[in-house]
Amino acid sequence: MGKEKKQIDGGVSCLRRAEMNMMSVGGMESAPAPLDLEEVHVLAVDDSLVDRIVIERLLRITSCKVTAVDSGWRALEFLGLDNDKASAQLDRLKVDLIITDYCMPGMTGYELLKKIKESSNFREVPVVIMSSENVMTRIDRCLEEGAQDFLLKPVKLADVKRLRSHLATKDVKLSTGNKRKLPEDSDSVTITPPSPSLTISPESSPPLTISPHSSDSSSSLVEMFSSSPIDDDEDEDVLTSSPEESPIRRQKMRSPGLD
Amino acid sequence: MLGLGVDRLQADINRLLASLFHQGVLDEHFLQLQQLQDETSPNFVYDVINIYFDESEKLLRNLRLLLVDREFSDYKKIGLHLNQLVGSSSSIGARRVRNVCVAFRSASELSNRPGCMRGLEVVEHEYHYLKNMMHELFQLEQQRLLAAGVRYPV
Repeated sequence: MGKEKKQIDGGVSCLRRAEMNMMSVGGMESAPAPLDLEEVHVLAVDDSLVDRIVIERLLRITSCKVTAVDSGWRALEFLGLDNDKASAQLDRLKVDLIITDYCMPGMTGYELLKKIKESSNFREVPVVIMSSENVMTRIDRCLEEGAQDFLLKPVKLADVKRLRSHLATKDVKLSTGNKRKLPEDSDSVTITPPSPSLTISPESSPPLTISPHSSDSSSSLVEMFSSSPIDDDEDEDVLTSSPEESPIRRQKMRSPGLD
Repeated sequence: MLGLGVDRLQADINRLLASLFHQGVLDEHFLQLQQLQDETSPNFVYDVINIYFDESEKLLRNLRLLLVDREFSDYKKIGLHLNQLVGSSSSIGARRVRNVCVAFRSASELSNRPGCMRGLEVVEHEYHYLKNMMHELFQLEQQRLLAAGVRYPV
């Protein structure tokens, strides 16, 4: 486990060991997962290692391929926008969504957003901003600059599923001619189908299962505590809408170029 | 007979989690982490929490070094460290640690040195409490897996 952490250097971070283990032990032997030829590729930007890992997992669980970087500069570098000449790599780079933290040292998510919207190659890519602070002026500024959505941290699975479903809608509308595919990656991430359990136990429940009966552990604990007062972050300028959801739904995901 | 061990351990785990939620040590975002764990990523919660521990301890060490320095004056740096702690604690559902970090941060914004020292001590205390609880949880889970593994599906 320690090895995995040391490899994380702010370039691409990942927790690949479990997935690689599954594949090497013959995890692919069971029924093949439906192939997602038009795999969604997301660029995630966050200076916090913990948050990077969580957002990456959230995105992978929703069948996205993820590149996670630790700063706006690395994001621009990845996109080939860090210098003025167009990179030859650009023809092969397909980014369907950029999701970035707002508060980052050096370049904020807002500044990154502006740079992306200024570029000819990537201005149509939807950019989503994440922030732990629910500040109206900040949200407005980002939306005015062209952000597609604004998510309150900590980001939830429901938030990412919603983003994903918007992207799916967009995919259906676009003709495949518009999409530039990445070459087949041997380590491209897909959700591996569940492999046969290696232990002899009749149930292969994941660690920290809190219900003895089902592997859907979270629902039982949520039921147990739905009545307990779980306060949410209360900052100034809190919107009256439920803080659990993304506060802003002013803009829907647009299909670039077709409206 | 062996099955009893699993059930008892499961009950212990449930009880511990319930207690942590009740105390406000953990909140629903911890449950969110569990939702992200499955067969393809069976140790996700364990891995993320351990990374959180590593990152947090680095930050706490830096905070202490800053504050014990007689010539300390860089409250802004304290604030930056605390932003990180607040963020990551919030992401894993460590509600109490997050809250005491916010209080500490307020003291730093007022350049209140004794307030910062107190804030640091409280954060360190809450952090270590959380860490001990998580270790206990992980141990119980380990035992539960072992106990479950002994059962043969005949």
